[in-house]
Amino acid sequence: MELVGLNKETVNQISEIKQEADWIKEYRLRSYEAFEKIENPAFGPKLNIDFSKIIYYKNNEQEDKIKDSWDDIDTEIVDELDNLGVLESECHLDGIGVQYESEVIYHNMIEELKKKDIIFTSIEVAMKEYPELVKKYFGKIVSNSENKYAALNGSVFSGGSFIYVPPHTKLDRPLQSYFRINSRNMGQFERTLIIVDHDSELHYIEGCTAPNYSESSLHAAVVEIYVGKNSKCRYSTIQNWAQNVNNLVTKRALVEENGTMEWIDGNIGSNITMKYPCCILKGDKSNGTCITISVATNKQEQDTGARMIHLGKNTRSTIISKSIAKNGGNATYRGKVDIKKNATNSTSLVKCDTLILDNISKSDTVPTNICNNTSSSIEHEATVSKISEEKLFYLMSRGIDKERATELIILGFLEKFREELPMEYAVELNQLLKRNL
Amino acid sequence: MNLVIKDLNVVTKDQEKEILKDFSLEILPGKIHTIMGPNGTGKSTLSKIIMGSSDYEVKEGDILYNGKSILPLTVDERSRLGIFLAMQSPISIEGVTNSEFLRTALNERREQPIGIYQFMKDMEQGMKDLKMDSSMMHRSINKDFSGGERKKNEILQLKLLKPELIILDELDSGLDVDSLKIVCDNIQEYRKENPTCSLLIITHYTKILDYLIPDYVHIMKNGKIRKTGPLDLAKQIENCGFNYTEDVSELVTNE
Repeated sequence: MELVGLNKETVNQISEIKQEADWIKEYRLRSYEAFEKIENPAFGPKLNIDFSKIIYYKNNEQEDKIKDSWDDIDTEIVDELDNLGVLESECHLDGIGVQYESEVIYHNMIEELKKKDIIFTSIEVAMKEYPELVKKYFGKIVSNSENKYAALNGSVFSGGSFIYVPPHTKLDRPLQSYFRINSRNMGQFERTLIIVDHDSELHYIEGCTAPNYSESSLHAAVVEIYVGKNSKCRYSTIQNWAQNVNNLVTKRALVEENGTMEWIDGNIGSNITMKYPCCILKGDKSNGTCITISVATNKQEQDTGARMIHLGKNTRSTIISKSIAKNGGNATYRGKVDIKKNATNSTSLVKCDTLILDNISKSDTVPTNICNNTSSSIEHEATVSKISEEKLFYLMSRGIDKERATELIILGFLEKFREELPMEYAVELNQLLKRNL
Repeated sequence: MNLVIKDLNVVTKDQEKEILKDFSLEILPGKIHTIMGPNGTGKSTLSKIIMGSSDYEVKEGDILYNGKSILPLTVDERSRLGIFLAMQSPISIEGVTNSEFLRTALNERREQPIGIYQFMKDMEQGMKDLKMDSSMMHRSINKDFSGGERKKNEILQLKLLKPELIILDELDSGLDVDSLKIVCDNIQEYRKENPTCSLLIITHYTKILDYLIPDYVHIMKNGKIRKTGPLDLAKQIENCGFNYTEDVSELVTNE
């Protein structure tokens, strides 16, 4: 079934399809009210989205139960996912989830994790099976009146992952979810909630490189992460949506004492992207890192960056942003560091580098750096460059042709990001970049 | 290898400055040639022109490599043909490791890509010969390398890429006495293994010529070779300065 256009009735219908508890339905309706009131962001790319044309919900006509075996899933879909390398990647992971259109269709994780009481499932299942846990965090880190697209997600969210890592638990390998849109005008509004309880560690990978060929779609996700005391969470994404998907995502982590949150965020596809992963460094000695790359070609607008809000004392944050603009693309860094009055002895380092490959492309750096006490400091560095003729000459003088030399320089420019990726993703990223640049 | 530069006229890309005027030079197979001359006379530029830098435009004349013009060739094609330029100030490139770079360069001139084991072995041996720290293999090209390390890195590339014409542009700058000796020993060793390989040394000072003894010394001034002679000529320059050449009569060369 398929729901097109947005009004109170659509919101109600989605809630009914999902047979949700009342508090969730009310949350959806409140979010919808907020969505109606809030305007598009006053900054960044101009958004021109016809909300009446979008499909807000679509399931794949299968039974509504999430499968844990590929044998139970429609062979056509399995073949498609297999072509994307999803099935193969499963062996590198501790667990995997797949969302197709609006619903999560597959979830599986290795037995050891089940024994360790780790929960990895869809948000809907979690709401039914662990309502108290979900209720405690859901919508608390990202408010549904935060911005227009967080409100939209709050009202029509469907699918997305829920992860709970109990105290004193470490996962050896990452958990991963794939998100795929296949229909024209499809909106995907997944909602991810990750809770890493104290003294634990998680690496989660989202939708890495799964390509997508849909037409003018909307992806408005919300990701909320809770990082408990002494815990560490790393969230890696490489979004490679087709170049007509608008990608408007709100991602935020709340970090407790001595906790660490790392966003590894790659933006290569989509038409307009607006995404600024955020860390609220609430606990003393908490750390936040965001390493982000954006590649904007063919009129793409990548408006990305990071936000670091320092509340606790002795907190540290690092933002490394690398942007590449080509063929009329616009790669803009927009970020904010806010060290509050009580966050004494805190430091933040912001480093933005841009590579512009021709004369018709564009890049801006829009940093907001606020430091409200005298014992803290923010360091900001920004560079803009083009591929240097001197470097090209050097590489070519060793027999490397121009194309390959340019490629080497670009990959070198992105090295800080590449080295943070697991091996197989670094390889995939190289392939993607070759195709896009 | 034989290189013939014939009546070459070269200007800067913006056409503003004349660099070489009716410049002629022949580099003979297996021989060591050195070009000396005062600052700003176009010695380093000559090496870039041979390599094919797009900063300069050849107006007239030709450069023949084993009898064939290389003017239509791009920089990388000239390299693959066998020309190697050890640069005066090798640039650093962040994020591209030395080994990634060298392996790419090697594979570009091979039909079958070199096996990773063979490559590592060759590179390690080369670094050992040059007394380079083996960690440099995995560091970005020349990033945070000292002047001397950069020069050694140039010679490491030379050893792996196996050129037929080596141009050393101010190799001695940035090298201490011990390193200069190590580097020159390596070049001599390479020449022994590749007897047809020719060497063109561009230098201000004669120190390097103690290790790499030239067959021919060319004095260059204002974009032209003014004088050619044996090693003695270099010694005279050292004693009397470059103005010397204008005052004395032609020295008879062995040719």
